[in-house]
Amino acid sequence: MAIFLTKESKVIVQGMTGSEGTKHTRRMLASGTNIVGGVNPRKAGTSVDFDGTEVPVFGSVAEAMEKTGADVTVIFVPPKFAKGAVIEAIDAGIGLAVVITEGIAVHDTAAFWAYAGSKGNKTRIIGPNCPGLITPGQSNAGIIPADITTSGRIGLVSKSGTLTYQMMYELSDIGFSSAVGIGGDPIIGTTHIDALKAFQDDPDTDLIVMIGEIGGDAEERAAAFIAEHVTKPVVGYVAGFTAPEGKTMGHAGAIVSGSSGTAQAKKEALEAAGVKVGKTPSETARLARAILQG
Amino acid sequence: MDLFEYQARDLFAKHGVPVLAGEVIDTPEAAREVAERLGGKAVVKAQVKTGGRGKAGGVKVASDPEDAVAKAGQILGMDIKGHTVHKVMLAELAPEIASEYYVSFLLDRANRTFLAIASVEGGMEIEEVAATNPAAVAKIPVDAIEGVTPAKAREIVEAAAFPADVADQVTEILQTLWKTFLSEDALLVEVNPLAKVADGRVIALDGKVSLDENADFRQPEHEALVDHAAANPLEAAAKAKGLNYVKLDGEVGIIGNGAGLVMSTLDVVAYAGEGHGNVKPANFLDIGGGASAEVMANGLEIILGDPDVKSVFVNVFGGITACDAVANGIVQALELLKSKGEEVTKPLVVRLDGNNAELGRQILTDADHPLVEQVDTMDGAAERAAELAAK
Repeated sequence: MAIFLTKESKVIVQGMTGSEGTKHTRRMLASGTNIVGGVNPRKAGTSVDFDGTEVPVFGSVAEAMEKTGADVTVIFVPPKFAKGAVIEAIDAGIGLAVVITEGIAVHDTAAFWAYAGSKGNKTRIIGPNCPGLITPGQSNAGIIPADITTSGRIGLVSKSGTLTYQMMYELSDIGFSSAVGIGGDPIIGTTHIDALKAFQDDPDTDLIVMIGEIGGDAEERAAAFIAEHVTKPVVGYVAGFTAPEGKTMGHAGAIVSGSSGTAQAKKEALEAAGVKVGKTPSETARLARAILQG
Repeated sequence: MDLFEYQARDLFAKHGVPVLAGEVIDTPEAAREVAERLGGKAVVKAQVKTGGRGKAGGVKVASDPEDAVAKAGQILGMDIKGHTVHKVMLAELAPEIASEYYVSFLLDRANRTFLAIASVEGGMEIEEVAATNPAAVAKIPVDAIEGVTPAKAREIVEAAAFPADVADQVTEILQTLWKTFLSEDALLVEVNPLAKVADGRVIALDGKVSLDENADFRQPEHEALVDHAAANPLEAAAKAKGLNYVKLDGEVGIIGNGAGLVMSTLDVVAYAGEGHGNVKPANFLDIGGGASAEVMANGLEIILGDPDVKSVFVNVFGGITACDAVANGIVQALELLKSKGEEVTKPLVVRLDGNNAELGRQILTDADHPLVEQVDTMDGAAERAAELAAK
């Protein structure tokens, strides 16, 4: 078991023939992902050779699903076309859409999120502006390097890509059931709470590591959820204690406005919910290790 | 990107939100002609991106064109909460105000949609109203696809209990304000106060607009709204090179890959600094996921060019980025700076982990640059960089 992605997942790539899409499709294939197709209306009917693996290109998500039984799409299309690509995926009714694209206008994200809702939320959206998710040893949908870690019993959910990698590296000997990068944009599809709920229900996850950062109140809401619904141990980390007010720290969503969105407030909320919060990524890893190894 | 009041006013006017006539100037002398055009009397308003300018003396009424010159002279150059006033707006004098309201549209992160906020108690900060009299603040979700229809606008007007005599006008204004929000790709449009004046009209007297820079590709006119004068020169130079850089007020230069890791690096350096004369991070610089040697060189050049920087911490976890490319970037950057005749005197502490870390470390070991030092862990490297900066 794992969350959202398993070895049974059949993955397609929207934007596979672009440079980023090509690079990461090759990496996903190398890490064992079952990639069954790419989507590009102008190249439909052709195929792309990835070191001996022929991956067919389809004209639409719907066609790819019909021909291959795909249930996951990873989206690499450029920001200005991303809304259209996500809406196409929703219209096709695919189960999971992982939106890697960075720099999507927030009105576009709000629009495709509302659209997903209007279609009954049948498509889980992860991202945008995220590294995707990995179930080590089974499947990898996105850009998380597969060789950092192995399969194990920690579940990881994070707003940040490189902090995800750092944490997977520090705890690589214990290993991860799944690691989900939910992205650092102001509006995202899958939230900390969605991942916490899934990890709580996943029999192969013993401990959850949750990485947050400044901006918004997602961590505070996650803390309330943990207090109410999560019985597994949770270890947390929040980046941005020293970030000044009013400056966007790289991620579009990472900004302290007045007293809202500070790292301190998030840490306090998490600790009040019984979460052990590390001061640095390494300390966070030590806290997780101490809990699992007694 | 937050706009000045006059820019917000221009966008409101463009989309049909009723505003008073006004023009922006940057010299006192220019006030004379503008005041004459406005009918002699005018309000002179400091243009700063912060609140509380009225209390600070940044808003004055001028009785005639000569007085407008004098008042503009008093306000230009004034310091308001650390913001120097470079521009003032001269606005038509509002007729007597009967009531002050508040309306805004903004992004609602928690609910992943948009939100309308409206109150008949405008004029002060809406947070204050919400704290003292929460019942007076109406918050209505707006569907991102349906937007603000006439029915939605009326729902907002009713929820905030606008008086019957202004209900139709406010309903109309909410729709034009929504049009501003939507068609300009705004993150926030706020009118405060939205005033009912003596003759019964409802007018936007002051406003705030914040725009989404991710939408610049379809908003070519927004480039002209950027306040280049206010940008820190290092931030401007970094932006020209496509780097994600924010100037901070400490001594340890920071380069890392990935926004989260860099934010975390700032924290770890600040903690380490507590033991070393309270040195702090000098900047945020994210060279991104697929950083090349060239990007590293550009980043180092910006950071070494910051006179506040005493030491540099390069913190890279190679995910997609290969550490050998990062190491080559550091070596090339130092050679490049040397060839330009810029002597590098600041020590660099480098921590490489992840993809091709061994190769990267070997490249730096072989290069054997006297100012480059390698430390294995992020916490240890932060400690060393803080120590060097405190020397």
